[in-house]
Amino acid sequence: MARVTNIVVAGLGGQGVLKATDVLAAVALRAGYDVKKSEIKGMSQRGGSVTGDVRFGTEVLSPMVPTGEADFLVVLESTQVDAHRHLLRPGGILLSPEMIDQDKLANKKGLNVAMLGALSVHLPMPESDWHKVLAEQFPQKFHESNKQAFAVGRQGQQKNPGS
Amino acid sequence: MKHTERMLLSGNEAIALAAWHAGVALGAGYPGTPSTEILEAFAELGGRAQWSPNEKVATEVVLGVAFGGARGLATMKHVGLNVAADPLFTAAYTGVSGGMVIVSADDPGMASSQNEQDNRRYAVAAGVPMLEPSSSQEAYDFTLAAFEMSERWRLPVLLRVTTRVSHSKTVVFPQDRNGPPQNPHFERDVRGRVMIPAYARPAHRRLRQKLAEIQAWNETSEFNLVVPGDTSLGIITSGISFMHAREAAPQASILKLGLTHPLPMKKIAEFARGMERVVVIEEGDPYLVEACRAAGLPVEGKPEMYRFGELNVARVRRILNGDTSPEPVPPPGKPPQLCEGCQYRQVFEVLRRRDCIVAGDIGCYTLGVLPPFEAMDSCVCMGASIGVGLGLRHVLPPDQARRVVSVIGDSTFVHSGITGLVEMVYNPPPQGHVLIILDNLTTAMTGHQEHPGTGRTLKHEPTGQVRFEDLARSLGVRKVHVVEPRAGSDEFERVLDTCLNSGELCVIIARRPCLMIAKRLKELELTGAQAKDRR
Ligand SMILES: Cc1ncc(C[n+]2csc(CCOP(=O)(O)OP(=O)(O)O)c2C)c(N)n1
Repeated sequence: MARVTNIVVAGLGGQGVLKATDVLAAVALRAGYDVKKSEIKGMSQRGGSVTGDVRFGTEVLSPMVPTGEADFLVVLESTQVDAHRHLLRPGGILLSPEMIDQDKLANKKGLNVAMLGALSVHLPMPESDWHKVLAEQFPQKFHESNKQAFAVGRQGQQKNPGS
Repeated sequence: MKHTERMLLSGNEAIALAAWHAGVALGAGYPGTPSTEILEAFAELGGRAQWSPNEKVATEVVLGVAFGGARGLATMKHVGLNVAADPLFTAAYTGVSGGMVIVSADDPGMASSQNEQDNRRYAVAAGVPMLEPSSSQEAYDFTLAAFEMSERWRLPVLLRVTTRVSHSKTVVFPQDRNGPPQNPHFERDVRGRVMIPAYARPAHRRLRQKLAEIQAWNETSEFNLVVPGDTSLGIITSGISFMHAREAAPQASILKLGLTHPLPMKKIAEFARGMERVVVIEEGDPYLVEACRAAGLPVEGKPEMYRFGELNVARVRRILNGDTSPEPVPPPGKPPQLCEGCQYRQVFEVLRRRDCIVAGDIGCYTLGVLPPFEAMDSCVCMGASIGVGLGLRHVLPPDQARRVVSVIGDSTFVHSGITGLVEMVYNPPPQGHVLIILDNLTTAMTGHQEHPGTGRTLKHEPTGQVRFEDLARSLGVRKVHVVEPRAGSDEFERVLDTCLNSGELCVIIARRPCLMIAKRLKELELTGAQAKDRR
């Protein structure tokens, strides 16, 4: 079976975790991959932990990223790193909010988009696709701040030589 | 409407799209995770959809739609089918003349539920055909097929999904297979639809006859497929477990069942015969494995420990390896809590201070059980707060009985609290009782749906409104108080004290809009008022 790329996004309710996975999944779909996206959102609105899984490749079977098989773990809230670290495969990449200079974000709520920017450096999809999907999935008034957040996220990320 | 592109849809969105393509005349349901988005998405597409007060009413409305020769869709979470079980069991006898599909969205692992019951049992108990999709594509295809089956056999059909099917987004190629043109009209069928014993006896026989036909048809139906592989391991599975199983055991042969009631036992037996080892991989109850064993097939099931919670790839690997060693416990995440500034906080603080015995109910406010409040003593099913509170009042010694209160949310009150209130008036405990309705003007828990108490429809348009205070008074409750719990006010506390000390039947309506909808509510009230002006 061709390799599937596994990504888990984690954070707290209200941080836009699920929105981030929606964008990521749509970008992968656009690139022609088979995609599955899974989430547990039950009580998430009440500020609890939320995680969303995105898997893409030639053929994706289970919608959930198996524990210990995530290639990327994107965490939007530093307190949530420890609770999710076990999801990463050995050598998998952790992206945490400290990597983003949040003072540079025009809109503080744009951290989820900034983290996608950081992630995008490591993924094969072209940057233009990300911008198209972001424009599709957010109301007009966020387009500028999203572009900016995405760029802030991309800054300082280097493509992992190992991956 | 043409939809030929590749779409990324959740299972719920796929069901909605199929319902739209199938020409469903009316969708009715009651919110409940993980089913809620189906009707919302269907309405968004242009379908006619409504929230009913509860799942029983929704199912009955849809039965009426199908008696009228049209296609109707009822949606609910697994426990909703308990509420709707009464119409379901006898609708299987009456059958339908249009198409009737009931979606039961089960929640193995209880991401957001009070139990993890396995509703496949309902298909067997009620005697209705059941389809179990494993992806959004199948959710779409099976919904269309469910209507066709319902019309062909004139039976309600159960579409059973689970959280991971409902909420996962996967790729769908819509077929644009539009339903047949509908021609709703009334055809009298007294013997078929009036279930007095004399007519119900033959109706039961008719039902068994239909199920026998469907079983025979299912032996070669398109819903059950074999993924060929090694004959050293055969896996029998259905629903989302199919995906986990294929990933966990890529070499195995798999029999993937889609129409899981009535089961194609010959096909299953034939598959099993060709394998050295057969393992049934299913989430929840041992439904398939019991059916196989009853047919004398030598299959392995899962160890009891995997009956609890969802399956996933790792757990399926463990089942296949017969591994019953303790599973790794994931580190705890952050539990949900009542929002900062939520008015329920004040209510639960007061209940805790008064050391009340709180018969609770289901909704956001159930979070009152967690620290720092720890002010809830029971939560069983929607509406139970009232009956349970009354029962406690009836038997506890007076000093304890006087501290019992029932706490219920507004949507929950409409769903199944009204009959409890009638019970309170009809069989009052000696010390009276205190019912607190937490009215935040929305169904917050499931994502802020409207309900009959809000006076707005699923699409937030103005409609008839049930006023709780009027209802309680008209039932004969003399002490009805409407209070607004808010910071800096002790009104709620004072009213509660008066009620607790009165020894009478009291209803306190603690009314204040949920913070999260306060803004939207203002806009809606404005448009609502404008609409009224125009009328
Ligand atoms: C029979 C049944 N149907 C649906 C649900 C899902 N559900 C749980 S609580 C709830 C409604 C909560 O609304 P409300 O009573 O207004 O309380 P709030 O969340 O707004 O505080 C729903 C729909 C359920 N648990 N049981």
